[in-house]
Amino acid sequence: MKRYVAKRVLYALFVMWLVATVVFFGLRAIPGGPIRAMLGPEATPEAVEALRTDLGLDQPLYIQYVDWFTGLFVGDLGTSITTGQEITVLLSAAVPRTFSIAIVGVAVGLLLAIPAGIVSATRKHEPADYVATVAAFLGLSMPAFFIGILLAIVFGVQLGWLPIYGYTPVEEGAGPWFRSILLPGIAVGLPYAAIVMRMMRSSLLETMNEPYMTTARAKGVDSRVRLYKHAMQNALIPVITVAGIQVALILVGSVTVEIVFGINGIGRMLVDSILDRNYPVTQAVILLVAAIMVFTNLAVDILYTFIDPRIRYGGEQ
Amino acid sequence: MSGANPTAPDGSTDDSEKAHNNPSSIAGGEVYPGAAPPERFRDDGHIAPRRTFRERLVVGLRNDRKALAGAVVVVGFVFTALLAPIIAPYDPNTTFTVMQDPATSSTTGDGEFFHLLGTDSYGHDVLSRIIYGAQVSLLVAAATVLFAFTIGTAIGVVAGYYGGWVDTVLMRYVDFQWAFPTLILAAGIIAFAGGLGVWNVIIAIGVAFIDDFARLVRGEVLSLREEEYVMSARAIGMSDTRIMAKEILPNAVAPIIVQVTLMIPLAILAEAGLSFLGLGVTPTTPTWGLMLSEGRQFLSQAWWISVFPGFAIMITVLAFNMFGDGLRDVFDVKEGEVSDR
Repeated sequence: MKRYVAKRVLYALFVMWLVATVVFFGLRAIPGGPIRAMLGPEATPEAVEALRTDLGLDQPLYIQYVDWFTGLFVGDLGTSITTGQEITVLLSAAVPRTFSIAIVGVAVGLLLAIPAGIVSATRKHEPADYVATVAAFLGLSMPAFFIGILLAIVFGVQLGWLPIYGYTPVEEGAGPWFRSILLPGIAVGLPYAAIVMRMMRSSLLETMNEPYMTTARAKGVDSRVRLYKHAMQNALIPVITVAGIQVALILVGSVTVEIVFGINGIGRMLVDSILDRNYPVTQAVILLVAAIMVFTNLAVDILYTFIDPRIRYGGEQ
Repeated sequence: MSGANPTAPDGSTDDSEKAHNNPSSIAGGEVYPGAAPPERFRDDGHIAPRRTFRERLVVGLRNDRKALAGAVVVVGFVFTALLAPIIAPYDPNTTFTVMQDPATSSTTGDGEFFHLLGTDSYGHDVLSRIIYGAQVSLLVAAATVLFAFTIGTAIGVVAGYYGGWVDTVLMRYVDFQWAFPTLILAAGIIAFAGGLGVWNVIIAIGVAFIDDFARLVRGEVLSLREEEYVMSARAIGMSDTRIMAKEILPNAVAPIIVQVTLMIPLAILAEAGLSFLGLGVTPTTPTWGLMLSEGRQFLSQAWWISVFPGFAIMITVLAFNMFGDGLRDVFDVKEGEVSDR
């Protein structure tokens, strides 16, 4: 067990190293060089030289590479080219916003998906199943930013219940904070719910057909106990994987939904940095997203060892 | 999917499975397990070919109304894109009175010009822009999937067939790509490739999809490699390239087709996302994502600017998903082989 966890941790670190290396070389592979791309063709040679020194691009490549990794380890991601601020400072302002949206998104997603999946599986081919299946299909087919726009029109503009622009930090009160991220959270949560619900449904259907479920029934185990104790325990395993992997969907959704609702999270940061050719910020955001992905998957892998007795001590993958 | 499990996970596939795996059961009399279906023996002593893809597709669509509806909309989408200049009521860049409400556009504003879906903040006809927007969606979706399919399949076949270091490198690449959601990777590629434009969008999304094809094809090849007919091809001295092209790939076609059908809507969503972020094709080309992003600022005055392009995305993606789902059932491909990222 310990060996397995250690192996997974090492593997996650390996992937992070790979990502950081590719991002490192990505910057240096920009056609015409990053400095020209950032400053534009009219920049004076002095300005080019100054920025080159600033970014350490005048150093030999291996020193740059070592510097890049030591910077990452001590949490120094460099400074923004447009504002001169520390990127870590910018991130510390942006991350709570994106996280707030993501948490509401995951919560909304799971609260909708798990019950809907159970109902859908236990009442297969009944109206409730069809409604849930059609809803899931729709959820898969709508980009989060479109859901966000629809929610903003209905609940913000028409009904006037919730704000549709800006973010209120949680320090200014839990109520206003929640109101400011509820709509964006739902917008990213619905496509997520669609995927998790489909997995819940098919996984539970499969489990309920297992021979041990028939045995439980033959023994006269109550149908509720059969469903929630016997079936769910196994049916949830693949659902947890999907719910973990699809955090990607929440992140992507959040990037676009932040722009719908005027919330300055990491999505806004990424887009602005790309449009401004503010490469250090782009690098930092990409690394952060990759880190979230890798460590979410790691968490799912480790969680697996606790909930699935069949996976122990490594083995395959 | 293991054939031994008579009750498929969601029940939708088991009927079709019976239908094309067991054509002999209608012939009457005893059918021995493993025996060739009697009607496939023809009078000339040859064995009739199995059902072709086209036959399976036609039968499958006939039995699956959802997939058929999807296919109809997909065809409609393709025609809309191709015939945009003929179908669209106006040129997408002609300006009329700005923000005309679709409900009243025939009585107010220009009066003589009718705008079924209203006009946007520049006075463009929304319907015409949606129709032209289908062009970018179709072009980007088709080109990205073709790009990812070509490179991904090549990598997957080589890695699966040879194994060894090619396989190791591929799998490390897949690991790397695992760490990125599609849209983030595409945005990153656009950032470092320098500049916007349709080709950058295609390459950015295409690269982000390579691993999906590579992983799928590699898996197929790994299992097909050990088939007897591949071994006999090798035994008679067929070259590796020929074995890959003539023996292995044709047998991996079904999952690849399903993958293509289910990647197209993801490509459409990714393109719309990039356009929405302002990282897509040039800001003057009408695209659905861009229209949504332009309409975002006018939600309280003119909801139709962003809502109708949103529905265009939704309907198109939904149609491809329904069609792809139907294909998956027809070709009996395991669910979960297509990533939903």
